[in-house]
This record gives sequence, C-alpha cells and structure tokens, in this order.
Amino acid sequence: MDLALTPEQLSFRDEVRSWLKANLPGDWVEKVRAGSDIPRAEGYAFLRSWQRKLYDAGFMGLTWPKAYGGRGLTFMEELILHEEMALVKAPPVLNILAIGMAGPTIIAYGTEEQKKRYPAKMLSCEEIWCQGYSEPNAGSDLAALQTRAVRDGEHWVVSGQKVWTSVAHLADWMMLLARTDPDAPRHKGITYFLLDMKLPGITVKPLRQITGDPEFNEVYFDSVRVHESQILGGLNNGWAVGLTTLMYERLALGFGLQVRLRIALDGLIELARRSRKAGRPATDDPILRQKIADLWIHTEVLKYTGARAITRLVKGEVPGPEASTGKLMWVDTHQRLQAVAMEIQGPYSQLTRGSRWSVESGLWQYSFLRSLANSIEGGTTEIQKNITGERVLGLPKG
Amino acid sequence: MNFGFSEEQDLLRSTARKFLENECPSEKVRRLMETPEGMEPALWARLAEQGWLGLIYPEEFGGMGLGFVDLVVLMEEMGRAVVPGPYFSTVVLGGLAILEAGTAAQKKEWLPKIAEGEARATLAWMEPSAMLGPEGVALAASRDGGRFLLSGTKLFVHDAHTAEAIVVAARTSPGTPAGEGITLFLLPRETPGLAVTLLPTMDQTRKLCDVTLTGVSVGADAVMGEVGGGWQPLARVLDRATVALCAEMCGGAQKVLEMTVEYAKIRQTFGRPIGSYQGVKHKAADMLVDVENSKSITYYAAWAMDERVPEGPLGVSMAKAYVSDAYRRVAAAGIQLHGGIGFTWEHDLHLYFKRAKGSELTFGDATHHRERVAQLVNL
Repeated sequence: MDLALTPEQLSFRDEVRSWLKANLPGDWVEKVRAGSDIPRAEGYAFLRSWQRKLYDAGFMGLTWPKAYGGRGLTFMEELILHEEMALVKAPPVLNILAIGMAGPTIIAYGTEEQKKRYPAKMLSCEEIWCQGYSEPNAGSDLAALQTRAVRDGEHWVVSGQKVWTSVAHLADWMMLLARTDPDAPRHKGITYFLLDMKLPGITVKPLRQITGDPEFNEVYFDSVRVHESQILGGLNNGWAVGLTTLMYERLALGFGLQVRLRIALDGLIELARRSRKAGRPATDDPILRQKIADLWIHTEVLKYTGARAITRLVKGEVPGPEASTGKLMWVDTHQRLQAVAMEIQGPYSQLTRGSRWSVESGLWQYSFLRSLANSIEGGTTEIQKNITGERVLGLPKG
Repeated sequence: MNFGFSEEQDLLRSTARKFLENECPSEKVRRLMETPEGMEPALWARLAEQGWLGLIYPEEFGGMGLGFVDLVVLMEEMGRAVVPGPYFSTVVLGGLAILEAGTAAQKKEWLPKIAEGEARATLAWMEPSAMLGPEGVALAASRDGGRFLLSGTKLFVHDAHTAEAIVVAARTSPGTPAGEGITLFLLPRETPGLAVTLLPTMDQTRKLCDVTLTGVSVGADAVMGEVGGGWQPLARVLDRATVALCAEMCGGAQKVLEMTVEYAKIRQTFGRPIGSYQGVKHKAADMLVDVENSKSITYYAAWAMDERVPEGPLGVSMAKAYVSDAYRRVAAAGIQLHGGIGFTWEHDLHLYFKRAKGSELTFGDATHHRERVAQLVNL
C-alpha cells in the first residue's frame, strides 16, 4: 500500500503544475458562474477555449490511444491532472460527455473510420457531444425507450423525443439510443447511433430549470435520416454499447466530482472564515466547525475510496464494491455542503445575484439549487441503491 | 500509487480468517465473554504460534518486523470474529508503548515475552475525568528520594486484570503546561498498592478495568524514557492504537453487512425475500457505502502511520470520526433489518453492536475527532 508517486508520475505532475502556473486564467470563476444567465454563451466560449488550451498542451485524453488523439497514459496520470487542477481551482473541462463517455465508447466499439473521425475533435472541443438516452418515460428505466429508427435503404429514419438532454443546445453530435426492432425484447432491439445534430428534423427546446438556467433540453426527432455508417457497435447491439458508456460515465464522474467537491469545500471554508455568526467568526461556532470538519472528512474519504478503485483498474482487475459507492457518497456530501453554505449565510442565503447585499454575487444560491439535481442525474439515488443492492450485494430483484 | 494490499497481505488475511473461524467461532466468543478473564490460555498460545503477538515488533525482540498496514489486515480479521481477550491491549496498547517509549532494558525484558505469549501488557492513561488530552493525566507521581510515589485512579483500562505489565501515565511535575510533566511508568501488575477492579461494561467481549494506585512506590528503573517527556510518545501510541482500532471496526462492520445480506436473501415475508424490497435494499446499500468508506480512510491512516507522513494525526482523526459513526450505524441497521431475531441475546448481532459502541467511545468519539480535524486543518 503506497500513495506515493513513481519518479515518472512525479515528473508528469511537475509538467502539469508548471503548465497550470503559466496558463491558468485568473478570473474564470466570475466569467463562468456569473455568466450563468441564459444562454451562458460567454461562459461556454471561455470554457471552450480553455479546453482547447489543455488539448494543445497535451493534457486531454491522457488514457486514450495515441492513434486517436490521446497520450496512451494510465488512470494515474488522469488522477494527477485532476488533482493538480483542483489544487489551483482550474476551470472544468467543458466537453465532459464526449471525454467521459462518447470517446471511450467509440474507441471500444467503433470502426477504424469512426475512431479516426471523432475522438480527436472531442478532445480539442471542436465538436461538443450530448447524450440522447433519457425520454419522458425512460429515464432510470432506460430499456423503456420509445424513440424509433426505421430502415429506409442505407438510412435509418428516426422519430421520437428525448428529454433532460444536457448541452443539446450547444452540441454538434449526440450519442443516440433508438429502438430499431420493436418486436424484440426490450433490451435487444436498441441501436446506438452517432447523430449529427445539424441533420434536418431535429428540434432542440431548452428546459428552464429550478436555477433559472436552461442547462438541459427536450430534443424532438421528426423523420431524421441517419446513414447506416453512423451505427456504433452493430445493429440492435445498443444496450451493450450504451452500458459501456454508462460505466465510463461513472469513472469519469468519480474523477471529476471529487475535484469539484474539493473546490467547493475550499470555497465554503473561505466563506466561513469571512462570515460572522452571533458576532464571532462562523469558524468559531462549534456546530458549524463540526459540520465543516465532517464535510472535509467525507471529501477525503471519497478521494481514498477512489484511489482504491483506481488501483484495481491500473492493476487490470475488475472494480470492486468500492467503485459503486462513489456517486452515492458524492451526492450526499455535495448536497450537505451546499446546505451548510446556506446556513453560514443565514438570512443572506435568500439573496440571489442582482442585490448589492447578495453574498459572492449569489454564486452559492445557484449551486445550492443546482445540487438538487445531483441525486437525480446520472441515475437517481434510488436507482443507484437498487443497482448496488442487486449487482454488488447480490440481493434479489423486486 | 498502489492503494491496495500486497500478495503477502492478502495471504495474511485469508490465513487469519480461516484460523479465527476455526479457533474462535462465536460459541467460543460467547463462552469467554462470560468469564471474568475473557480469554483462554490455549487460544493465546495459538496466536503466539502464528507470530501475531510479535507481528509489528522488530526481529531483535522476537517479532516478525512487519508494518502497520499488516497489523491493520490482522485487526480487521480480529474485528470480524469479535475476538475476545487482550490482543489489542497487549500488542497495540502496552506493547507499542514499550516499543515507543521504553528503555533498552524494558524493551529487552518485555517485548520478547509478549511476542512469545508469556506476558500481556496494557496502557493506563485515562482517568475518571475522561479527558482525552494531556490535561486528563492528573495521577500524581511525586519524587521520594530516588523513587516515585504514585497515587490516583486510572479508568477504562483495557484488560488490566490479565496483564502482567501496565504502562501508567502520571504527572511528575504539576503546574507546568499540560503536555509537559507527564511521565510513563512501567509497572508489574503485582506491584504493592496497585489494585485492579473489573468494570461491568456493555461490551463483555472487551474487559475494562479500574486501576487504583495507593502510595505505589517505584524505582527510577520503572520510568520509561525521559522524566516529563511522556506525552509525545503516549500521543503517538494513542494515534497508532486508534488506527488499529478503526481497522478492527471495519472488520466488524464488514461481517455485519455480510450477515445482514445473507439474511435478507433467505428471510421471506409476504411471499418474497425481504432483500427484494427497496426499503431493505436501500438500507443495505447505505451499509455498503459506510463499510467501503471506512476501509478507505482507515487504510489511508494506516499508510500514513507506516510512512510517518506529517498529515498522520489528521488521517487518524479523519478515520476515527468516520468509522465511529459508520460502524455504529451499520451495526444498528443490521439489527433493524434482522427484525426481532436481531434483538435477541441468542443472535450474534448484539456482540457487534456493543463492540461498535465501545469502540466508538474509545480514544474519542466522532465529535471529538471532528473537532481535532477542524484544528489540524486550521479551521
């Protein structure tokens, strides 16, 4: 058991560190978060250029094969990069659905042509991807999806609707799951398409959220004609391909979420240091100290549980039970963190951006509301617990 | 980075699990916990044969010279079997105190005996004030010529009734700052004036004692290390013991989870196994989160102890805070999901629940350690 890095890993860390020191934008928090009003174009443009910079410096797609634009390194380097970015509060990667899910899935299932065509442009953020999985009646129960694709010569004609589609309003491409054999059992008749969002017949309608922002969308397909060369992983094999994507999603989440949690926690501690409760610094309040220390501990726990999962992966072993607990743990910790931030602000926690009295331009109010989605997106907490109970603990299905 | 166990450590784990399943099944745990000694010479001799009593002592003292992470593996298995008896008090508390603070002569005299199973040891540090810091050490040791005169009471002392050697923390110079003026003494239990009384406690698998010293006169050869320099080594021992205890707690929590999942698979109600109900499944998933996270933070703390990294004490407190709450929650959920049977004396769950509660309170509960985390990160 050793948390120390090898000389090669240390030198990679130094490379990341010195690059970040030279290239970190100073004012990104204001730019991105304060730009969270509709349509957040400024924020996205900024994040796009930031990811491009990371790509040009060779820090995107660390674990992807060199032939497809990556660097052929291990999860350890990926982890180091994320940790270093967290340490300096670097902006996040924008094209996260592509990097975390679509890319690895194409590399795993794609034809040589597909592998040459798509992954590199994901890394450079030239093409943004969204994920067309959820439907009005098929969210956590994904196999219930109804969007259909009917063959017409070399094309498939797609009709139906997706919902909760993050960044669809910005996306160039979609990972689309559609039913290609309505007579097959639910899991068997689904196909995975790489869908060009510019095709005629696609309508994207932003959904305004509890935060006031349109972060996700409804997407309608009206006889959209997709060429058969855009099928990934074979006809009617979409369930298996899609599950691979979800597996990568959990891994990607694991890395990214821990970093975001660390950044949020550091921000919370700064907020507590500046705030006063009953005439004394909030950090002197014994109950708040307990709550903040608890958040600190849980954030660290998440990191070490991640380290155990990564060790297994790097050794080429199958992820163990520890790999399944990360999202549940993260959701709980992050939602509590946001609640503590509200508690520290007291009556001021009601004030959003626009008031001269609002704390930190209402940034916390936004993330407090946004955190409600954490236990719904990427598989609800309830579904995650079912999966954990059944697949990890071996409990019978209901 | 390699945050997993080595092949040797995996082997130690499987050997220990098999050994304890054979040598210390729950019938034996129940039989031993109801005896005043709470231990059995035959089992103790078998532990010595395995080399586990000297696992972490250097070879020059008859030990195996293994690391703290190895000890954590073994402690997990001990916790899984709720092994009664003085392993923890002897090897981790008394033994580590002697290794950390003892003079060359004291180490040479006691450590080989401990490793061979001929002597048991413990550490008497807490007092009726139940304070966890150096200010809690008030037992007076006044100079009496070349000797020391000790008077006062130590409470919650693990297995003092079966220990041959007791390490006692005493105050040799009152009026100095709390962390100064504390001296450790190594006393044979048979020392005149030293009285040991067994305390009736919730967790009968782990015996706690009242150790009262009335005008106990000891020579300078009983002093461990420097007069007045006892707090630093004591604090290091307590930190290491806390991590070892966390490992034991992880093993217990893992076992409760397994028992509960097995039960939920077979126990039927309304014509279905209870494990198929979401209410049960979700609670089991929560238990898994607690168990896996407990392991992660404990392994980190153990690694930090082995490597003596500066963040060691922070790791210790993060682990104790997390695991204290987690094991208690898991044990309580185990009882809840077993329903009425889980609440009976006949079922083993109460052994785990009581061990969880006792361990939670040993070396400071979660509230205490969260405050320590707050201090260590300069909140």
